[in-house]
Amino acid sequence: MSKLEIRHLSVNYAGRGGRTTHALHDVNLALDPGDFVVALGASGCGKTTLLSCIAGFMEYSDGEIVLDGKRVTGPGSERGVVFQKHALMPWLSVVQNVEFGLRMRGVDRPGRRRIALDKLAHVGLEKFADYPIYQISGGMQQRVGLARALASDPEVMLMDEPLGALDALTREQIQELILLLWWETRKMFFFITHSVEEALFLATDLIVMTPSPGRIAHRYKLEFGRRFIACKDARAVKADHEFIRLREEVLHVIHAGTPEVAA
Amino acid sequence: MKAPEAEAGPLAVRPPEAGSSSPGPAPVAAGRTVSGYSVPGEGSSTLISVVTVIGLLALWWIGTHLGWIRDLFLPTPEKVVTSFGDAWKGDIQGGRPLLEHFWWSLVRVFAAFLLAVVTAIPVGIAMGVSRIARGIFDPPIEFYRPLPPLAYLPLIVIWFGIDETAKIILIYLACFAPLAMAARAGVRGVMIEQINAAYSMGASKWQVIWHVVIPAAMPEIFTGMRIAIGFGWTTLVAAEMVAATVGLGQMVLNASNFLRTDVVIMGIVVIGVVAYLFDLLMRWVEQRAVPWKGRV
Repeated sequence: MSKLEIRHLSVNYAGRGGRTTHALHDVNLALDPGDFVVALGASGCGKTTLLSCIAGFMEYSDGEIVLDGKRVTGPGSERGVVFQKHALMPWLSVVQNVEFGLRMRGVDRPGRRRIALDKLAHVGLEKFADYPIYQISGGMQQRVGLARALASDPEVMLMDEPLGALDALTREQIQELILLLWWETRKMFFFITHSVEEALFLATDLIVMTPSPGRIAHRYKLEFGRRFIACKDARAVKADHEFIRLREEVLHVIHAGTPEVAA
Repeated sequence: MKAPEAEAGPLAVRPPEAGSSSPGPAPVAAGRTVSGYSVPGEGSSTLISVVTVIGLLALWWIGTHLGWIRDLFLPTPEKVVTSFGDAWKGDIQGGRPLLEHFWWSLVRVFAAFLLAVVTAIPVGIAMGVSRIARGIFDPPIEFYRPLPPLAYLPLIVIWFGIDETAKIILIYLACFAPLAMAARAGVRGVMIEQINAAYSMGASKWQVIWHVVIPAAMPEIFTGMRIAIGFGWTTLVAAEMVAATVGLGQMVLNASNFLRTDVVIMGIVVIGVVAYLFDLLMRWVEQRAVPWKGRV
C-alpha cells in the first residue's frame, strides 16, 4: 500500500543580503491512495512551495517527505505534475505530448501510443490526438496536461492551480473531470487552489494554509466530491446548505489568517 | 486565435444542452460593416510602398533623361538594364558571366553560413545550459562581436592568405556571433515549467536538453539564422575586396575602378534582390519548422 508522508517539513529561502524567508513551517501531512488533498490559501502561504517540495523541484530545509518508504530527493515519474501554465511542448502534437514521458523512459512506439490514446480518451480528447497544441483551447490544453501526467501512471498527482487561468464555465467542467479521474484511478491527489468553492467541491481532505510562515491552519474532512460522484450533479452539490455554510466558514478562516488584507 | 472546436464535454457528465433554448434561425446581418477603432500605424501599407517604389523609379528615369545629373554619376535605368544583359553574357570587364559571379558569392556565403550553423548553434546552446561554457565563450564572442569585419580583415589575410579560406572565414565570423547569441537567448527563454514537467516524467538531464531545451530554443535560433545570413551578405563585399577575381562584390568593385556606374548599380540591385529572396526563403522555412512561434 503506497503512502505519501510529509513530516515536520520546513523551508527557508535564502534571500538576498543574507535575509531568509521562512516559507513553510512544520507541515505534517499524510496521503493514502484515494485521498484528495486540497491546499487552499492566499498567495504567499507556501502552498506552491509545498507542492514543489513534494514534486522534487525544490529542496527543503528540515523534515522529510517519504513516498512508499523512500525519501523524496528530486523529481520522479511516480509523482505526476499538472502545472498552472499548461507547460506542454508546442513542437509536439497532442498525443506526442501525452506520450512524452513514456518516450523518455524508453517505452516502444506502439506501446506508448496505445497508452497515450487511452489517456486522451479519458479526458475526452481522442479526436484531437493529432492537433498541434497551439490550436486547441486553454481548457483542452489543461486536459492534455492531465492526460500527460496520467500517462506515466504516477502514484501521486500534484496539481498546481491547474484551473487558475480558465474561464469559470470551463473550470467547472474540468473540476468534474478531475473528480471522475480521481474516482476512477484512486490515486493520491494533491491540488492547490485559491478558490474556496473549488477546494470544497474537490477535497476529501482540505488544508487551509496561512502565510508568514506558511503553515497549515485548519483541516477539514469533506465528502462533496464523493457526493458528486454519486449524483453527478455539481450544481446540486454546490447549492447544498452544508456546502454554503462551510464556504463562509473557510472564507472567514482565510481572512482571519491574513490580517493585512482589507477584504 | 485558438479553439477551433467547442470544449469537449467531460466523459458525458453533462448532457449537451443544445436545443434547450433554441433562438430560431440566425438573424441576417444588417447595416454597414464596421471595424474597431484604429490604433496608430494600423492598416496595410502595401499600396503606399508600391507607389513609393514606382515614384522613385520614375524620378530616376526623368532625372537622367532630362540631364539633371551626369551619366557618370547616375546612368539611365535603360543602361542599367542593358548592363544586366551584358553581364549575363559575360560582356563586361573581366569577361565572366553574371551567373558565375553570383555562383561564387553564393558558395562563399553559404559555406560560411553552414559552418556557422553547425558550430555557433552548439556553442550558443552550451553557453545557455552550462556555466563553464558560458564562462569560456562569453569574453571572446563579446569582444569581437561589435568589431566591424573590415577592422579584422587585415589580420585574417595575414593569417589565412588571400584565397577562399580567408573570405569564408571572414563571412563565417560575421555569421557566428549573432547565431551563437540567438541560440543562447533561446535556451534562456525556455519555460521552467516545461523543464520541470520533463523531469517529473522521468527525463534525464541530457534528455531535457535534447527534447525540451533545444526545440524550445528553435524559434530564437531561426531568428538568429536570418540575422546571420544578413550579416553574411553584408560582409561578402568586404571579403571579396581581397584579391578576388570573381564574385558579385568583386564585380561591383571592379566596375567602379572603370567608372562603369551602370554595372555598379546593377550589381548592387542584384545583391539586394538576392538577399531579400534569401530572407523570404528563411521565413518560409521558419514557418514550417517552428509553426508555434508567437502562438504559445
